[in-house]
Amino acid sequence: MEHDLLEIRGLHVHYVTDTDDVQAVNGVDLTLKRGEVLGLVGETGAGKTTVALSIMQLIPDPPGIILGGEILFKGKNLIYNSDKENQEMRGNGISMIFQDPMTALNPIMTVGQQLAEVVVKHKKLSKKAALEAAAEMLERVGVTRDRLNDYPHQFSGGMKQRAIIAMALLCSPEILIADEPTTALDVTIQAQVLEIIRHLIRENDMSMILITHDLGVVAETCDRIAIMYAGKVVEYGSVQDVYTHPKHPYTQGLFGSIPKMDTEDERLSPIPGMAPNATALPSGCAFYPRCGHCQDRCRESAPDMRGTEHQYRCWLDAE
Amino acid sequence: MESLLTVSHLKKYFDVPAGRLHAVDDVSFSIRRGETLGVVGESGCGKSTLGRVLLGLYPATAGDIIFQGMDLSTFSKKDLIPIRREMQIVFQDPYASLDPRLTVAQIIEEPLRLHHVCRSTAERRERVEELMEMVGLSKRAYNLYPHEFDGGRRQRIVIARALAVGPKFVVCDEPVSALDVSVQAQVLNLMIDLQERLGLTYLFISHDLSVVKHISDDVVVMYLGQVIEKAGKRDLFKTPMHPYTIALLSAIPSVNIREKRQRIILKGELSSPIDPGEGCRFAKRCPFATEECFQTTPLYRELEPEHFVACHRAEEVRSGALQFKSV
Repeated sequence: MEHDLLEIRGLHVHYVTDTDDVQAVNGVDLTLKRGEVLGLVGETGAGKTTVALSIMQLIPDPPGIILGGEILFKGKNLIYNSDKENQEMRGNGISMIFQDPMTALNPIMTVGQQLAEVVVKHKKLSKKAALEAAAEMLERVGVTRDRLNDYPHQFSGGMKQRAIIAMALLCSPEILIADEPTTALDVTIQAQVLEIIRHLIRENDMSMILITHDLGVVAETCDRIAIMYAGKVVEYGSVQDVYTHPKHPYTQGLFGSIPKMDTEDERLSPIPGMAPNATALPSGCAFYPRCGHCQDRCRESAPDMRGTEHQYRCWLDAE
Repeated sequence: MESLLTVSHLKKYFDVPAGRLHAVDDVSFSIRRGETLGVVGESGCGKSTLGRVLLGLYPATAGDIIFQGMDLSTFSKKDLIPIRREMQIVFQDPYASLDPRLTVAQIIEEPLRLHHVCRSTAERRERVEELMEMVGLSKRAYNLYPHEFDGGRRQRIVIARALAVGPKFVVCDEPVSALDVSVQAQVLNLMIDLQERLGLTYLFISHDLSVVKHISDDVVVMYLGQVIEKAGKRDLFKTPMHPYTIALLSAIPSVNIREKRQRIILKGELSSPIDPGEGCRFAKRCPFATEECFQTTPLYRELEPEHFVACHRAEEVRSGALQFKSV
């Protein structure tokens, strides 16, 4: 059977402590095709980062537990991999850019040393060759090679994020997971960084999962989009379909909450209430307490995904 | 409408080891009563410092701040105390700006105590309950602590605290930046409602242009301590005249996938605000910069009625003679 590059099926992840059971991810199915850019969108606590960490096999344990599901990378289930195999997979197979460029670099190593370390570890090159590779990669993301011996504090926010992108791409991974890569940056710098990411993805024929809360960034970068709410994907489809015909009331609510640049002052229509507590999710559809179309069966049982290309998780035949 | 606040040639410099940091450099504008002036710009452009200087939280280095006919820049700290009842601030981070050891009621009544607004405990309690209702907090919240609330509700507490003493003017420093979009929209709607109901005047600081466009009447764009463009919001978003404003607007990712927009990507990053010297501060990143731009600081001038811009080549930009190259 032909496998997609990455397939996630029925993923459940909880964070369990003495007092609480945080239901972070509650049955996520996703696929990533070769060369595709998938946007993973949702608000704080929706489970986006937990999905990413599950793929990387970096869920902190304890308290995190993958309770069920499969994560197939080229047909091989990462959950059953040994630590050594996963070490090999990270960097070479799948690489991740973390959210905050200010804390993701080691402050007491030069940027060059940090980049070279990755190459030495994963590609078994000599230190000199590794430094050369690091310098080349830095130049590709738009940082001149004379900055190789600088420490992270000498870099601006935008440059740090470029350095981190360079680090993630050094071993030419097949999948790049970028967790809010531009959230901490100003818009003009965000535009520069997104352009670099788009360019490198195309050039290297990579696939990417872009995690963000910014629907604008997804519109400009991604092919497909998955919208998460309370640990589930509630809508999934091509950017074209989801943006022109959002089906799930939550997705519709998100679009209604964003001030538009190209329309005159309409009053925003926010989603009432707030995201549910992940330690005590409502029965049935997790969105029903905030939903304007809520019916009895929404409270009683959770809807399944429906649709084929453009999927959504709702009882209502809403347009 | 008359103006509530007029600022002229306002400067705020900080002495740092490397020299003088020009955080706010020769800024002039006025805000009409009951309106909202949006301030946009990227990190380090001086927008938060501007808000704080207006409130007297930092003393101005030079320039005038005329508030209801009084020049606040000449006021001593003591003189400013009664003025503080008139001007308040809403901070960005509702996780850092609330004392975790005070209850919601104690937080909201603190300014009432400090300014001796209420004569009795009963009156104060009544006022706190009125404020809580105004910002949409339930009565149950009265004796709860901030950690029991999510970001959106914490920001409602911060707003109630700012409005407790009945100010006319509120500096809103990135009030919704820390919130998720669905909650952000709730808080924005609340702020607009309160403005209408109480006749408030806002200085609304944000890096998010779509939020500023939504809430403001006029908008100023700041770059490295200076106002480089100011106009009514419709004008500014429709016919921006400063190259930086144009690039900034094009950099906002749009959710409208049908619209084909020009995408402009600026080179480089902000230069240092320490001893910037002569010349246009944007020149290094500007594709249209000439020798003149590096030599002389452009005048901040009214190119069209109520539309101010500080650029040597604004006429050419306006006429379309200068065009950005698309990516």
